[in-house]
Amino acid sequence: MVAGKRKKRPIVTNDSDHIVTESAARIFADLADPQTINRLDDGAWRAPFWLALADAGLPLAWVPEQLGGAGASLADGFAVLGVAGRFAVAVPLAETLLAGWLLTRAGVAAADGPMTIAPSRPSDRIIFHADGTLSGSAIGIPFASEAQHIAVLVHGGEGIVVALVAASDCMVGEGQTLAGDPSNIVRFERVKPLRYARAPFGLDHTALMLMGSVSRSVQTAGALESILSLSVSYANERIAFERPIGKFQAVQHNLARLAGETAAALAVSGSAANTITQSDSFDEAAFLEGASAKIRCAEAATEGSAIAHQVFGAIGFTKEHVLHRFTLRTLAWRDDFGSENYWAAELGRRVAKGGAEEFWPMVASR
Amino acid sequence: MSRKLQFDQIRLPPTCDALRQEVRAFLAEEIAKGTFDPHRPGHGDSHDRAFSKRIGAKGWIGMTWPKEYGGHERSFLERYVVTEEFRVANAPVRSHFVADRQSGPILLKYAPEHVKADILPRICRGELCFVIGMSEPGSGSDLFAAKTKATKVDKGWRINGSKIWTSNANIADYMIALCRTSPPTNANRRHGLTQFLLDMKTRGIKVNPIYQMSGQHDFNEVVFEDAFVSDDHVLGEIDGAWKQATSELAYERSGPERFLETFYLMLELVRAIGPEPDTRSAEGLGRLVAQLHTLRRMSVSVAGMLQAGKEPVVEAAIVKDLGTIWEQKLPNRVRELTAFAPPEIANRVTLDEQLAFATTIAPKLTIQGGTTEILRGIIARGLGLR
Repeated sequence: MVAGKRKKRPIVTNDSDHIVTESAARIFADLADPQTINRLDDGAWRAPFWLALADAGLPLAWVPEQLGGAGASLADGFAVLGVAGRFAVAVPLAETLLAGWLLTRAGVAAADGPMTIAPSRPSDRIIFHADGTLSGSAIGIPFASEAQHIAVLVHGGEGIVVALVAASDCMVGEGQTLAGDPSNIVRFERVKPLRYARAPFGLDHTALMLMGSVSRSVQTAGALESILSLSVSYANERIAFERPIGKFQAVQHNLARLAGETAAALAVSGSAANTITQSDSFDEAAFLEGASAKIRCAEAATEGSAIAHQVFGAIGFTKEHVLHRFTLRTLAWRDDFGSENYWAAELGRRVAKGGAEEFWPMVASR
Repeated sequence: MSRKLQFDQIRLPPTCDALRQEVRAFLAEEIAKGTFDPHRPGHGDSHDRAFSKRIGAKGWIGMTWPKEYGGHERSFLERYVVTEEFRVANAPVRSHFVADRQSGPILLKYAPEHVKADILPRICRGELCFVIGMSEPGSGSDLFAAKTKATKVDKGWRINGSKIWTSNANIADYMIALCRTSPPTNANRRHGLTQFLLDMKTRGIKVNPIYQMSGQHDFNEVVFEDAFVSDDHVLGEIDGAWKQATSELAYERSGPERFLETFYLMLELVRAIGPEPDTRSAEGLGRLVAQLHTLRRMSVSVAGMLQAGKEPVVEAAIVKDLGTIWEQKLPNRVRELTAFAPPEIANRVTLDEQLAFATTIAPKLTIQGGTTEILRGIIARGLGLR
């Protein structure tokens, strides 16, 4: 148990998510404003930002107080992820939240400091040996090179185990996402976990991929909200042919399409988060909702980013401009926890197996 | 941006489950009786009065209206369930659907008491067919260019001019027509239009058929020659109809009928690719399922927000924009995804017949009830660009 080392003043409480998101937004705006950090070459903003997040109880929001966290609801945590998306937050906040959630589901105490989770790709498996160590490798682990600990879903002879591992006990490779955030291959070679426990019934590889996918979808929707808002503001300010470009019908229609993609992402990610909040049993309903969210939000990221860059023209293509912080993250997030192609094939197979007669009742049940 | 996009997380309440089962049982019985064939859209009679009366008898027309006018005071979410189940089954609802969706609510709001008491209960019983008298030869998307003229005479108005693309006018009992009663002013070009309730049997109203490229006939031209309408059939404010249109449009735009019109192809796609599809077919189907689920969640959310008294005008326009484009593209997506299906698949004939039909009606989906271009203008205005 590592709780209580530092005096925490959690803002994450059981109050309405309005308060939680406002407080989170204030911290993001004060210490990790996208415009400001985009100008800074060094990473000096990271440490104070993470400290502020930790003080507010945000990284361990999904961990109950008795396990060292802030004990917030799933709904509050998803709301924070939405705001984090709106700020294109470039620290392992979502990853630590997910790690805390995974550990908590198995009753394993979380660690302080940045964490991440493994695996984060549908095809990767980590194996649990009879001697209590684990082996295997997982690619594309977000922020592994910045995390102190990794929450690992492990397949053992007697079922699934959730383990907390020190990142320093693993081999963490180089690598980064389109947006420059760490994304690493992690090799486990007979790594001895700090602690572990058997996963509860229903918490399996698919459940972890779905939870990660819904989290990424919520972040994507948040980022698209900012992309839309930045694009509309720019279109109203930028003068060409003696008027704001937003007065041209062609530009208006592109922005209306961007609003449509943003709306779709908001609605479907909100629906999936709501589904998991109501029942985290990862049943058929959660599969439809979670897979659909990842598919549709990834499509929205592809379409939406392209439209936004078209609206901004050359300036949006520069490193100096903040737009890429949002667009490149939404594009990178498409590949985490199963791409839209992966989930579409999985969802399609399920629907095909159920047959035509079961299809509409399934859609209508949500 | 003027305000944030919002989609409240609305789930259909448990009361809807029993209702849905009741609707499915009713439809199964009607299909068994041979009232309609769910696999053959575009065949048979799409406006079956007797069927509409049976639906009315079940209490599924005017569901949300006050009981004193024959309504049932149920929620918009309950109406949503009925609408989507009828649409998915390809049930013939043309005879009463316009009255149920938009004409009735306009009458409720703007018609004089004795007109409401006379007409609304008949709509609820499935006895009346309404049509929308908006488009004219020189006025399509640009509604405010309407030229059909209503001239004040003793105790009423004389109407002259013509409406066009008027679906169902050949079978309709009433039209709610938008007519010019004054010229537009310099300050407001929308000024000068008034809504009238017209009995289609009125002397001086003539209906000429227009056949569509799909071979169907629901379009018509409606010509008015000195057709008389009495003062008590004016709906709302004289010269001020433009103020009356906006709130109803959110209902009209966001319903399940705005993305389910070609839904039958989803079922034939599932049948065609079989229980163990290859990766290409599975991925294609999965994407369509995710897109459909998203549209439905958006649409249910708008229905719930309307029920709660909110005005999600932009969200409703977005549902129709995305929804109609989706249902319009669906025929070709299904064509692509079944391109390598063996010729001997069991549903080949049905699939080919449906693809042919859906492909010929697809162009209208992004035109009727507000074109893509008009919708995107509304969205742009909501974003603060106009």
